[in-house]
Amino acid sequence: MGRVARRNIVNNVMLTVTALCTVVTVSVLFLILGYLVVNGWRSIDFSFFTKLPLSPGEAGGGIANAIVGSGVLILIAAAIGIPAGFLGGVYLAEFGGKTVPTLIRYTADLLNGVPSIVIGIFAWTVIVVPMHHFSAWAGGFALSLMMIPIGLRATEQFLRGVPNSLREGSLALGASKTRTIFSVVVPAARQGIMTGMILGVARVAGETAPLLFTRPRSRIRAGCAHRAVWQAGGSPPAVRFATRPG
Amino acid sequence: MRTAVGTVPPQSRPRKLVKFWRDGDQITHLVTLIFAASVFLVTVFLVYELWIHSGPSRAKFGFRFLTGKTWDPVAEDFGALPFIYGTVLTSFLGLLISIPLGVGAAIFLSELAPPQLSNACTFLVELLAAVPSVIFGLLAIFTLVPLMRQYIEPFLKGALGVLPLFQGPAYGVGYLTAGLVLAVMTFPFIISISREALLAVPREQREAALALGATKWESTWQVVVPYARLGILGSIFLALARALGETMAVTMVIGNDTGIHTSLLSPGYTIAAIIANEFTEATGDIYLSSLVELGLVLFALTMVLNGAAQLLIVATTGKGSKQP
Repeated sequence: MGRVARRNIVNNVMLTVTALCTVVTVSVLFLILGYLVVNGWRSIDFSFFTKLPLSPGEAGGGIANAIVGSGVLILIAAAIGIPAGFLGGVYLAEFGGKTVPTLIRYTADLLNGVPSIVIGIFAWTVIVVPMHHFSAWAGGFALSLMMIPIGLRATEQFLRGVPNSLREGSLALGASKTRTIFSVVVPAARQGIMTGMILGVARVAGETAPLLFTRPRSRIRAGCAHRAVWQAGGSPPAVRFATRPG
Repeated sequence: MRTAVGTVPPQSRPRKLVKFWRDGDQITHLVTLIFAASVFLVTVFLVYELWIHSGPSRAKFGFRFLTGKTWDPVAEDFGALPFIYGTVLTSFLGLLISIPLGVGAAIFLSELAPPQLSNACTFLVELLAAVPSVIFGLLAIFTLVPLMRQYIEPFLKGALGVLPLFQGPAYGVGYLTAGLVLAVMTFPFIISISREALLAVPREQREAALALGATKWESTWQVVVPYARLGILGSIFLALARALGETMAVTMVIGNDTGIHTSLLSPGYTIAAIIANEFTEATGDIYLSSLVELGLVLFALTMVLNGAAQLLIVATTGKGSKQP
């Protein structure tokens, strides 16, 4: 077999292998989505969203408390995380010199990579311990910490995408810098910033770990959807114990 | 400071003040600076809190905490080694599977696939990166664990049972299952970031290699991939940081056993899993502060990895970190 023929075979084999890699990875991810839709569909009806859960073994019941709990948590997280991320992003893109923004950008990326369970411990030490009980505030605080870096970087990125001619035009007309930023630059980048914020909300909406130490565990008071899933998942006895109503 | 202090005559001082307040530029600057700085302060505060609350444990165990093999809440003797071992082993297994598959898929999506297909696949893969980890864990319990227990683990024992890596009973839960779940969970990171790095390679590089007579694969593997290596490495670091800190999915399939086992089939524990399981029922200061110290260890581990990843990504794309 000639060299060229061998190289061509290697070429074809390896290219096929990369195609196989794609098929494997993408299909695994799609199976997950398909499994969720197919199996989840059956138990979904209107009462599933409006009723409280019954004790294990009884038929029926719903996840109303979990949905309310998730909603409250996400509201708190968004009320803290969105303004903080947005204004911080404005600073990074519009003000700031060299050292301070670099430092902030770097720590924002670090904070974004901190494991959520560590954020949960942090929220526990600063809110649950002084207040002596679990609360939606602690959970919302933990989630907002995970949201700020995402909103910050998204805002900065899209504000930087706004052409300088817009800023110069506004300043030349006599507008102040504040006016320029909030009436000209931010509206121009509105879409991107909103997408970034929604991504941030989506990320924390599915978070579970930081809520283990921060949320009340009541089935009558609002629990939250992730905890419900976590408890339904045949968690080990230790965790069942830890997540008992109380 | 556009108020041009030098040009304002002294008699118009009140006007200057009015203009200052009307413009509010300094105020805006200050307010946005406070919010931006809050990110930095919160991160510092986080480290401080972890450090303070792990105090009793650090005082009692010192560095022995990192090498201790026992985890005995009754005798209040705590060592982190089984959890560090489990965390590193499951992350290693996960990446061992997801790196070749993920990078292979990224190569296909950037070099071979038609742009529409490539963009559609990447969009959906990134969408799946947003699936909550607890969902991955739940699915693994219902589908992967029975599969492992009945088919895959008995098969591995039969084929490779002579190795110490594949011995002991097939529980279905354990290091290997956790590694598989982590592999699936890190696919989206590796695929989307590596693909971006590969797409950023200039066209001339590929054309030059092809013009010299290289086959498509040779140009890709010997020219394009080395050119994008830092970006690919960055994606791997990010996936690793993610795998190390993954809590819910791993807790559900790791098996929760506080020993150190050579066999991949046996149940184990990870740092994040033990914090999730025992934090709310920890009794006593030493117990609690040992768990906080485990959190500190995990934070340090991911911080170092993340820092390295950010630097690598900045070095290749010059765009800062991407957040899938």
